[in-house]
Amino acid sequence: MSGPTGNGPGAGEVLLAARDLSVRFGGVLAVNKVSFEVRQGEVFTLIGPNGAGKTTVFNLISRIYMPTTGTLVFDGVPLERTPPHGIAALGIARTFQNIELFEQATVLQNLLIGFHTHRGCGFWSDLLFLPAARRNELAARRKAEQVIELLRLMRFRDQRVAGLPYGARKVVELARALCSSPRLLLLDEPSSGLNAEETEDMAWWIQDIQRELGITVLMVEHDMSLVSRVSDRVLAMNQGEVLALGTPAQVQAHAGVIEAYLGSIDDVSSLRREQAA
Amino acid sequence: MRFLFKTSYAQDWRLARHGGQVFWYGLLLAALLAAPWVAGPYWTSQLTFVLIYAIAGLGLMVLSGYTGLLSIGHASFLGVGAYTQAVLTSHGWPFPAALVTAAGLSAAVGVVVGLPALRVKGIYLAVATLAFGFIVEEVMARWESVTGGNSGLSVKAPDIFGFNAGGAEAFYMVVLATCLLVTLGVLNLLRSSTGRAFIAIRDSEISAQSMGIHLARYKTMSFALSAAIVGIAGALYAHKLRFISPEQFGIEQSLDLLLLVVVGGLGSVHGAFFGAIFLITMPQLIAMAKDWLPPAIGQAAGLQALVFGAVLMAVVMFEPTGLYGRWVKWRTYLELFPTYRRGMFRRQRAFQKSERVR
Amino acid sequence: MEIVQLLISGAALGCIYALIALGFVLIYKATETVNFAQGEMMMLGACVGYLLMLWFKLPFIWAALVSVAGMAGFGMLLERTVIRPILGQPQFTVVMLTIGLGYITRGLVTMLPGIGTDTHVLDVPYKGEVWNLGGLVLSAEQGSIIGLTLVLCLLLYLMFKHTKLGVAMQASSQNQLAAYYMGIPVKRLNGVVWGLSAGVATIAGLLLAPITFVHVNMGFIGLKAFPAAVVGGFGSLPGAVVGGLVIGIVEAFAGFYLPEGFKDIAAYVVVLAMLVVKPNGLFGEKLRKKV
Repeated sequence: MSGPTGNGPGAGEVLLAARDLSVRFGGVLAVNKVSFEVRQGEVFTLIGPNGAGKTTVFNLISRIYMPTTGTLVFDGVPLERTPPHGIAALGIARTFQNIELFEQATVLQNLLIGFHTHRGCGFWSDLLFLPAARRNELAARRKAEQVIELLRLMRFRDQRVAGLPYGARKVVELARALCSSPRLLLLDEPSSGLNAEETEDMAWWIQDIQRELGITVLMVEHDMSLVSRVSDRVLAMNQGEVLALGTPAQVQAHAGVIEAYLGSIDDVSSLRREQAA
Repeated sequence: MRFLFKTSYAQDWRLARHGGQVFWYGLLLAALLAAPWVAGPYWTSQLTFVLIYAIAGLGLMVLSGYTGLLSIGHASFLGVGAYTQAVLTSHGWPFPAALVTAAGLSAAVGVVVGLPALRVKGIYLAVATLAFGFIVEEVMARWESVTGGNSGLSVKAPDIFGFNAGGAEAFYMVVLATCLLVTLGVLNLLRSSTGRAFIAIRDSEISAQSMGIHLARYKTMSFALSAAIVGIAGALYAHKLRFISPEQFGIEQSLDLLLLVVVGGLGSVHGAFFGAIFLITMPQLIAMAKDWLPPAIGQAAGLQALVFGAVLMAVVMFEPTGLYGRWVKWRTYLELFPTYRRGMFRRQRAFQKSERVR
Repeated sequence: MEIVQLLISGAALGCIYALIALGFVLIYKATETVNFAQGEMMMLGACVGYLLMLWFKLPFIWAALVSVAGMAGFGMLLERTVIRPILGQPQFTVVMLTIGLGYITRGLVTMLPGIGTDTHVLDVPYKGEVWNLGGLVLSAEQGSIIGLTLVLCLLLYLMFKHTKLGVAMQASSQNQLAAYYMGIPVKRLNGVVWGLSAGVATIAGLLLAPITFVHVNMGFIGLKAFPAAVVGGFGSLPGAVVGGLVIGIVEAFAGFYLPEGFKDIAAYVVVLAMLVVKPNGLFGEKLRKKV
């Protein structure tokens, strides 16, 4: 398994920096002056109620949306000039909230596509299936098998994605992202739709990804127990703005975060049962 | 029953997966090679047409079946290839040089036609290709100094390194060789990263982008490749017919090509061949059946259209994987007899998510 | 003067394109399918009208009404038997199904004893009448096309805005699931939409017949309605009408001022230009997938 690369920030240094990130859709300010830093080797989680802008931040990093103001810098490279297909080459991979797998292809083919940025050959060597193309196939297959081994996907290897159960698809989505050997992995709600057992597996995998593969993880998550278990730092967002930043315990105790999720103390008191006299 | 025991990764990308496939395809190849001397001139000619349409079908399959870009004007590339070949050979160019140029020019036109694909998709792209199809057809009809306009253009026999390949057997061999090379090329692409990139674009453009696939480059590549292949088919078509005119490359031909790939089996190389066989043999079968039908039906001009339409609808409604899919099911039934299970090929009903966003 | 004359003849043909495009867009809005057989529906409607007059000696107005009603019913039947089973499949396959439908329709029509492959003249009561409006010549055929299209558009607008059915259709086209939850019978509505679409196509066919005559390949004009719908923006009803008029007028001017051959491709050049300038058409919706 590969460790952190020689070049790039060492453990603890800033890998991804967002400064005053804002994006406006029509009249709606979906993300408003959000700033945070993700350090190399950590698991950084974005939490917040629905509509807080968390997936929008992901889409800004993946360059699906362009920010209205603010900057995003990944390992010293400003992302403004990177086209959407250039993100993978920089070392950023992501999973999608509503699974975006290649449905008509097999699991193995999905994973092989994940290796695409590292292909060393072009159209003509593919057309003639020259040795360069064969070497590329071998390398892609080796990486895919490594990931299959890590995530226990062996029995799904040659099955069409379209027929797989939801839990398996989430894992395939994760596997495909890992096949591009990223330095930063964006996980969008990795445990949504998974049962307790699958969430447990997911927690272990996120920890393996962090510790054994040395990949930095930035994730959006709603399951607080998973968040507390795997995260190093948490950023709470609400209505496009940053609410709190700190360790999981600090953020969960933050008054503003509690209010965003549960409402203010007055609302809660009206729900209390009447005490018998 | 056959169990494949895999010992290396290379096995997975080999063209023939096991000895049985090598045997049967070898037999098929031998039969095709022997055809001109065994089958007689009429069937050789029909087979030549099947192979030419199979090449064209492969071209459209790459674009629509594998990259998911619907094209309703594809006969225009057939026309570009045909006219380029006709004009160049009439100026004395040797066959191979003219063929390569026809493919190249077709690819260039393909790049132009593919430009809308970079901005729009789905039905908008289909209408753009339809528009290009009509425009190219009109250009072919009006550019009389080069194409001879509506009165058509006659085509010389192919001249390969001094050898006149105009005879039925010789030309059949030329077409067979070209078809094999094109099929090999397409298969190579499909088992490597370029082919997978096409499939990725078909299934989910957004995640294809996040995997590092440059959408514009690959869509243009797909259009150019598809146009080049269909251009090659067009060049061969010109030599086969010895006379071409613009109306052969209009909307009806484009719809025929679409019919070919859908009935044959969208998304498979075999589908192009099955579809070509269907396209060429069905009119023969209809002609033979005409005598058995009551005159009101049998003599009607629209009988062929009726049959084609009915088959197309039946395929879409009952056998979306096309003739090749049905063949695979039969073959599996025979292979697994008597342990074949009814629901083996039941496709999961995957519902198309709406492309419109609210 | 001749500019206004061109505008009128262009608008007349444009109204036909608009009516066919209207049919496309209605179906697209409701079921997100593209009906490639819309031109053939028009042809079939004209043929039915012609046959009613030929076999049953019905006067034109009755033949028209019966054929519109009959075709509307046919449209609903089509939706029920052929379209509903395959909804949910990729757009490509549904398009191919409608192409097949078009083939079958053309084939069947050649087998009808009254039609075959000949062209037939539809005896409309206003045939040959010409109105002279201060130097402008307006044939009754053109006038009836423009007039009836306006009336039809007005009726459709009123229906969508004010009747329960129209509002339900709008709701169902925007969010099918929510419409189901609100108790709207979405499947039945889809049938109504297809029926409405077929009815509009029949009206177009009956209006067009005096100009182009009734024959089996009449439906190929429907191909020009695609550029019309795209120019207007594929999800927009007013767009379809505007698109149709634009294409019709451009064609009329191209036929007059430009060399031969440009008239036939004018529609296609316009649609390509529109895709470059404004890919979603004049009134189109912005298609963006939410991830």
